[in-house]
Amino acid sequence: MPIKILIPTPLRPYAAKQSIVEVTAQTVGEALSDLIAKHPDLRKHLYAEDGKLRSFVNVYRNDEDIRYLSKDATPVKESDTISIVPSVAGGR
Amino acid sequence: MTLKIPRALYDQLRQHGEATYPHECCGVLLGEFNEAGEKAVKAVVQCGNTRTDSPANRYHIDAAELVRIQREAMLAGLDVVGFYHSHPDHPAQWSVTDLAEAHWTGCSYLITSVEGGHAVLTNSFLLEGVEEAKHFEDELLEVTEQKP
Repeated sequence: MPIKILIPTPLRPYAAKQSIVEVTAQTVGEALSDLIAKHPDLRKHLYAEDGKLRSFVNVYRNDEDIRYLSKDATPVKESDTISIVPSVAGGR
Repeated sequence: MTLKIPRALYDQLRQHGEATYPHECCGVLLGEFNEAGEKAVKAVVQCGNTRTDSPANRYHIDAAELVRIQREAMLAGLDVVGFYHSHPDHPAQWSVTDLAEAHWTGCSYLITSVEGGHAVLTNSFLLEGVEEAKHFEDELLEVTEQKP
């Protein structure tokens, strides 16, 4: 089923400048795989060399962090939106 | 590169730093990119600082809050163009921590020095490069009299 993935500003250059990419998936993992298949340049910006999501990359299904759901196995349905947001932090 | 911001929004983010003093404030800048990559801020979203363990010298915006802000911004036809935070009694200059924790390349990071509770200087820095070779570039901050 079609799922929307919201692409954050820093990743849009690697997603043909799109802010929303529609993928076909039944889980978050499948959605991200479809996203990478459509835009291969995204892979190194989302994933570390060990194949895991980079620590500062947060992936949400609607308003829930997939880390606290079933991670890549988190199911998705057509009305769901996947958001990718890199962390924002710092300090003097 | 230039970041344009209406005076009302510029004042708002600086006042946020005064309100949270002696702790760091933080928030999101929403706006538009033009073809040349210049940015115009249309809205400022104040955020909470989750670093309650060390708020005087650290900030962190809850990812859940970022998700909501990004989603609502898209619905309003706006983009996340940057972020702001304050440095209580410290220069408006990015730190090693600021750079290490910055991941939104192409976006602006505004820093306001707040001395004794009063906002002094606000500087803008553009995050450039890729994660493995990222750096901040000084960015021209143009405060306009245009209404947001």
